[in-house]
Amino acid sequence: MRELDINEDWQLKGDAMAPAVHTPESREVTSRSLAHPAIGVSGLRKSYGSTLAVKDVSFEVEDGEIFGILGPNGAGKTTTVECISGLRKPDGGTISVLGLDPQRDRAALRERVGVQLQEGTLRWQLTVAETVHLFASFYPQPAYTEELIEVLGLGPKRNTYYRRLSGGQKQRLSIALALVGNPQIAILDELTTGLDPQARRETWRLIESVRDRGITILLVTHFMDEAERLCNRVAVIDSGRVVALGTPVGLAEREGGGNHMCFRPSRPFDDRVLTGLAGVDRVEHEGPRMAVSGTGELVNAVVHALNAVGVEALEVQLDSATLEDAFLRLVQPSSKGREEVTTP
Amino acid sequence: MSAPAATLSHRPPRRALKELIITEAKCAWRIPVALALGVLVPVIILVILGSAGGLQKTIPGSNPPVTYMTNIVPVLIGMVLVMIALISLPTVLVNQREHAFLRRLSTTPVAPRWLLAAQVVVNFVLAVVAMILIVAGATLFYHVSAPAQLGGFVLSALLATAALFAIGLFIAAVAANPAVSAVLGTLLFYALMFFAGLYVPRQSMSVTTRHISDFTPLGAGVHAMLSSIQGSFPPAQPLLVMAAWAVVFGLAAVKLFRWE
Repeated sequence: MRELDINEDWQLKGDAMAPAVHTPESREVTSRSLAHPAIGVSGLRKSYGSTLAVKDVSFEVEDGEIFGILGPNGAGKTTTVECISGLRKPDGGTISVLGLDPQRDRAALRERVGVQLQEGTLRWQLTVAETVHLFASFYPQPAYTEELIEVLGLGPKRNTYYRRLSGGQKQRLSIALALVGNPQIAILDELTTGLDPQARRETWRLIESVRDRGITILLVTHFMDEAERLCNRVAVIDSGRVVALGTPVGLAEREGGGNHMCFRPSRPFDDRVLTGLAGVDRVEHEGPRMAVSGTGELVNAVVHALNAVGVEALEVQLDSATLEDAFLRLVQPSSKGREEVTTP
Repeated sequence: MSAPAATLSHRPPRRALKELIITEAKCAWRIPVALALGVLVPVIILVILGSAGGLQKTIPGSNPPVTYMTNIVPVLIGMVLVMIALISLPTVLVNQREHAFLRRLSTTPVAPRWLLAAQVVVNFVLAVVAMILIVAGATLFYHVSAPAQLGGFVLSALLATAALFAIGLFIAAVAANPAVSAVLGTLLFYALMFFAGLYVPRQSMSVTTRHISDFTPLGAGVHAMLSSIQGSFPPAQPLLVMAAWAVVFGLAAVKLFRWE
């Protein structure tokens, strides 16, 4: 319930997050960013010694969207965002962030990109307010710290030492620090790892309200539900390569094995009634029941075709592919799952 | 860390360094390792030794003659510096690296070396406070004459400080984790304090031992500070020895420092 108030707060007193927009310098950047995508990565390559962590990663993040980077552990997600944040120097490829080069224009970039790192703790001996205040002093046009603390729901904890905060509170403080410089882009790595379900949901609401303030968000995650809930688009990275790119719904449909429909026909009929339909990939008999897999408006098409031959579909069960189905197929190309997708 | 292509307009605000120093001072107060080890312990030792009496005797063979109590003043200053520069300073820095706080800083407009600078400032202030307490306490209560060559004394103390801070930063640069830095600091405590004359005054050391002592940072430091207390400007050798330690280890620390 309190979380709703927080969101309203954010909406109402929103100016705290946006004074930078009114300065001539940032206006110049804003107009520049219209010409460029917020983030452009092309042919990124990075190795550590003999290990090739990132082989070939390309994607573009548009202004104002939440873009997710999904992938199993060790896929190269964190290395990719570290290159984008300027923390690591790529071995090959190009990166452009707000039209800037993360290596060459480091200083300019750091004022405009807020980063939340996967690991790391803050000073244990400092309170929430002291920490936010300290980080605010690093930026030319910081957000109002008191308001930011309230907006992130840390008001009651403002004088609590970092070491006494719960996991969710530490995470929210970490997000506050990524936002305290009034960034145009926020990069958030493993945002909700280690949080309990309620804290995760609160964090999600928070991220949506940040996006609503016009901040572009690059989110690294290995939680499918998080990506489905938050991301406008996702890139799935596996073994250092982008294996799929699109909206969560689009990916689920395209890569997840499509939709499944199960029913008992009112009387037997020729399978070809269904196998000939556009969008139907597979038709199987399971005892008295039939299972149809395909993409698009599968149910409508099947019911229509059955009606035309005077068959009724009884006890219908539906199952749509999720982003998780898509993910599991994408990152395990040699598994059984892959064979099932193959259309005859 | 390669230098960022910083233009003037993208410098972090000047208040950032001030805030970092204030913050580090707060941390130093809330977990007062430097305060306890570097200020309290040496001052307490001074009080105990001073109150015990018997240390007003002249050290046999000292030339010019000097009492045990006078000799202990530069030795305790050496202890202050070891505690603060070799134990407290590297421990905090290695901890911040271990906890990726330095890395977190490097995603902001502030470079992690600013935290290092703030740490040095805070610890330097603590060291100066401790040194003043020891000299003033010894002079006021325990019959030690004030440094007759004040300029020479301050110069010697500052050079010793520079040498020890350089070694401390070197430890912070090479220590893989807080445990390594603590072991290095402790080993150096015993070695350096031995040659400074904590256990046996330098004047009573064998010729060979004193020769080695002359080339250690605190052996040279005690030599130079003691000369100043007794009224003569310190000879060039101990000053040069301390400067050399400061330059060599300072450069090595800058070269080897790891931020993550």
